[in-house]
Amino acid sequence: MKPLSQRAYHVLFVTPALLLSVAIVLLPALLTFGASFSRWDGVSAPAFVGLDNFEALFADNVFWAAITNNIQWALIFLTIPMAIALVAASLLLSRRKSGAVYQVIFLLPYVLAPVANAVIWQNIILSPVSGLLGFVSKNFIPLSSPLTEPSTALYAVAGVDIWHFWGYLTVVFFAAMRQTPEEQLEAAFLEGANGWQVFWNVTLPNILPTLGLMLVLVTIFSFLTFDYIYLITQGGPARATEMLSTYAYKFAFTSFQVGKAAAVALVMSFFGLIASIVYVRMSRASLEA
Amino acid sequence: MQTSASPLSRTLANVFLIGAVLVALLPLALVALNAFKPHTAIVANPLSLPESLSLDNFARAWNGGKFSIGIVNSLLLSGTTTLITLAFASLAAFALARRKIPGWQLITIYFLCATTVPIQLFLFPLYFVYAKLGIVGNFAATSLILAAINLPISIFLLRAYVISIPQDVDDAAFMDGANPLQTFLHVILPLMRPGLITVAIIVFLNSWNEFLITSTFQKGRSNITMTLGYLSMNGTYATDQGALMAGAFILVAPIIVFFLLLQRFFISGMTSGAVKG
Repeated sequence: MKPLSQRAYHVLFVTPALLLSVAIVLLPALLTFGASFSRWDGVSAPAFVGLDNFEALFADNVFWAAITNNIQWALIFLTIPMAIALVAASLLLSRRKSGAVYQVIFLLPYVLAPVANAVIWQNIILSPVSGLLGFVSKNFIPLSSPLTEPSTALYAVAGVDIWHFWGYLTVVFFAAMRQTPEEQLEAAFLEGANGWQVFWNVTLPNILPTLGLMLVLVTIFSFLTFDYIYLITQGGPARATEMLSTYAYKFAFTSFQVGKAAAVALVMSFFGLIASIVYVRMSRASLEA
Repeated sequence: MQTSASPLSRTLANVFLIGAVLVALLPLALVALNAFKPHTAIVANPLSLPESLSLDNFARAWNGGKFSIGIVNSLLLSGTTTLITLAFASLAAFALARRKIPGWQLITIYFLCATTVPIQLFLFPLYFVYAKLGIVGNFAATSLILAAINLPISIFLLRAYVISIPQDVDDAAFMDGANPLQTFLHVILPLMRPGLITVAIIVFLNSWNEFLITSTFQKGRSNITMTLGYLSMNGTYATDQGALMAGAFILVAPIIVFFLLLQRFFISGMTSGAVKG
């Protein structure tokens, strides 16, 4: 037998990863595309219905409520955890020894299972019976559970998710800020710049690529957000926290309208795609560097 | 480096950081505190100290959360996912870094797009295909999905390690008569070790914590993972908060220990994709 060429070996090396990804991600994604134009319960043969699923969605108030909630979620996550993380990371920058300890603590909530975090917050913090909120409410000021109020539920769930997420951003920004050339920082301080001026004129410009990447990723994940919503409120009360992801999930696995679930999935992906195009362009620039 | 910050801003900075530490740790402290208290004491005051260090809550939580089933399934699922991901990603990373195959650019862009693809884009048909094949609930079949999700990011992390190994190393192995598989196994793989450890840790923890795929595919009493078993306690144990907090303790404590021991790899893996340096 003739020995394989170098190139043939390399083709064989990439094949398992590519095959797995194509079988699990690409082909089912194409099926999703097909299903979005079909009526399908997941079991019997799908029937082609053209754009019916999309027309039904666009006529459904819940669909628009979900998109609005996703946009609100994106705006919350693009501002609050970003701001906290930028402040925290720049404070850690002048504490290089204790900074390492701080970042490990800040990262703890991020490495825990969403299931654990959600159940902990629901029961020991936000519950009006057994939680901290109930304790304050019974002994000091009357408070209602923010999870049962449609006007506050979204912010309450976002609060739990931010608690879990902001440490990740802090660690990433901290790592990026540490790449700032020491001479630039020293020069700024010699010229008498205060903390804010150093941040604005030296640190921030240096982490701009990382900041941009995080803004894009947070945007993408805001349109895909699922875990904390589904675990804490299932989209309720009164659809106040319904997201495209929970809306699609219920179509697929509660009412078995897989065609509609697929149509929602395509809308979600569309939002992600716009952000992904930006992301790929940014990554390609850095890959080619 | 010491800044010339004023005492006031120094104090404000410390208040901010200590406040952040308290917020990050408060829920976890409440778990530790209340895991040892009976339900009535928790309802009376979740901030009070436990009167004894009784393990009764833990015994009820272990049974209620079906942790003896869950821990086996979680280890099988996360272990298999990690092994598949490591094997497939390291091979692909080598091939893509060396750019010898036709269309390597296209494959690289495909995996780049796959890093941010929504799970919902492929979840629904995949589930019904799995159902038709009768492999819903099979940990090995589910681990293939988790591996596929973890592959792209792992490939890029490992690819960076291969790129840092000079092509001369391959060429020297070739001159010694090694074929590319031998070069990969005996030369490249050992040099990639820090990367492999980082990827293994991140993928293992990701799969251990994963919710959407796991809850969809590992249904059924005998298939549940630790997180799913614990989730089944939520609601049914509303009037036994002691057991619920003990369950959280059982679930969270090993992850915290795992993270604290390996945080160096963890942080380097998390930041290497996002920070150019």
